[in-house]
Amino acid sequence: MSTPFYVSPQQAMADRAEYARKGIARGRSLVVLQYTDGIVFVGENPSRALHKFSEIYDRIGFAAAGKYNEYENLRIGGVRYADLRGYTYDRDDVTARGLANVYAQTLGTIFSSAGEKPYEVELVVAEVGSEAEGDQIYRLPHDGSIVDEHGSVAVGGNAEQISSFLDQRHRDGMSLAEALKLAVQALSRDTNGTEREIPAERLEVAVLDRTRPQQRKFKRIVGRQLSRLLEADNAAAAKTDEPSDEAPEE
Amino acid sequence: MEANPRSTGRLPAAFLTPGSSSFMDFLADHSPELLPGNRKLPEGIVEAPHGTTIVAATFPGGVVLAGDRRATMGNMIAQRDIEKVFPADEYSAVGIAGTAGLAVEMVKLFQLELEHFEKVEGATLSLEGKANRLSTMIRGNLGMAMQGLAVVPLFAGWDEGKEKGRIFSYDVTGGRSEEHGFAATGSGSIFARGSMKKLYRSDLTEEQATTLVVQALYDAADDDSATGGPDMARRIFPIVTVITDEGFRRLTEAESSELARSVTERRLEQPDGPRAALL
Repeated sequence: MSTPFYVSPQQAMADRAEYARKGIARGRSLVVLQYTDGIVFVGENPSRALHKFSEIYDRIGFAAAGKYNEYENLRIGGVRYADLRGYTYDRDDVTARGLANVYAQTLGTIFSSAGEKPYEVELVVAEVGSEAEGDQIYRLPHDGSIVDEHGSVAVGGNAEQISSFLDQRHRDGMSLAEALKLAVQALSRDTNGTEREIPAERLEVAVLDRTRPQQRKFKRIVGRQLSRLLEADNAAAAKTDEPSDEAPEE
Repeated sequence: MEANPRSTGRLPAAFLTPGSSSFMDFLADHSPELLPGNRKLPEGIVEAPHGTTIVAATFPGGVVLAGDRRATMGNMIAQRDIEKVFPADEYSAVGIAGTAGLAVEMVKLFQLELEHFEKVEGATLSLEGKANRLSTMIRGNLGMAMQGLAVVPLFAGWDEGKEKGRIFSYDVTGGRSEEHGFAATGSGSIFARGSMKKLYRSDLTEEQATTLVVQALYDAADDDSATGGPDMARRIFPIVTVITDEGFRRLTEAESSELARSVTERRLEQPDGPRAALL
């Protein structure tokens, strides 16, 4: 009979956190930015079918970095939560804050229960308001903490570096094309500071657009619309002829 | 309690269990008491407001679905401005005749069912799939229907695969049949159908199709006391919706009032409406 080793709670939690962070770092980072008409989600994703961003409810979107099966599970849980809540009460009673709380509790319980392996995911829950002041963005790291973000947020392995890049350049009232361009720039920077090009086919882009006439504000931006936005942006950049140290967009 | 959606605790296990993409299946597993079909039936007969006439017609490029605004309880008018035509999703709509309370609840659940599937799967159901799902829901209401609380919808939508508008009608047992050209349900449907039978052509434009359904509703209201005609005094007009490859669109108040006004004005000269050729 061997005696189990004593591991201090601090050490156990630090190990679990490191395990989760390493898992998340294996995937690509993604960014969520406010723009004048709403919130845009941008990430590099070679798959057309396995999405990183999706609709949870009328005004609420979901973005996730990390292990696909784990965040997909959380996404469906969130859709069920939102639909059940909206069915029981009213569509207006489904809020990003409520959803973020439920996710935080869920991730937190999993993280601190010894029997379960921590989830290797980092989530963003965003809700678009009828005006920019009403926009809400919550970031949910693997341990169940919850961070109320403004303007821009990045999650994933390279998140810190991307966040600081975005913090310096993001401003309120950007157009969709401007925000998209900034997001792509941020994602193109590797950890060692070099830049690479992300072709449009590898980008997954979605928006929560408050100007959409439909009740459901979530929309994917694909194909021609995406290339038009990326191009429009180049044209605008060339016209204003701003001194820029960024590599040209493809 | 796990089923308590107000709880701010972690997501209950059922929420994170892989399962079907159907919201109704999820409800059946998790909160069966919320499913309309699972309710204990009360003793005796309940009297409740009934919605009346819904009509639909296809045209090349889409389909029109419209309903009058009256709900009746016995010989009383229970409501003058009830809405009985709803979008089911972006490319389909459902109009309901029968017990208003149950029907509205059924529509709400049906809308959610389609939306839930779309969100979970990342793809929409086929039009046939939607029509079949509605069948299941009506079948679930059979117990209520036997007590006089029947719900009989009319379902119309744009079939993206076949690139045409299609109409499905139902009976109280959930029996579903595709209608070609035009269809009607509810107490005034006999008269509406007769009207459309004489006026319908397969080459109508969208404008003509919307006029056709308003004429049919006018004829239904003319002969059926439970169907309400355009109420010019209170400015309550039929709800007319159009579904094309661009999606669902409900005619604005201005458009439907204009439509109702022109039909009503012509009826002042010709009370029985437009005449079809004798031969």
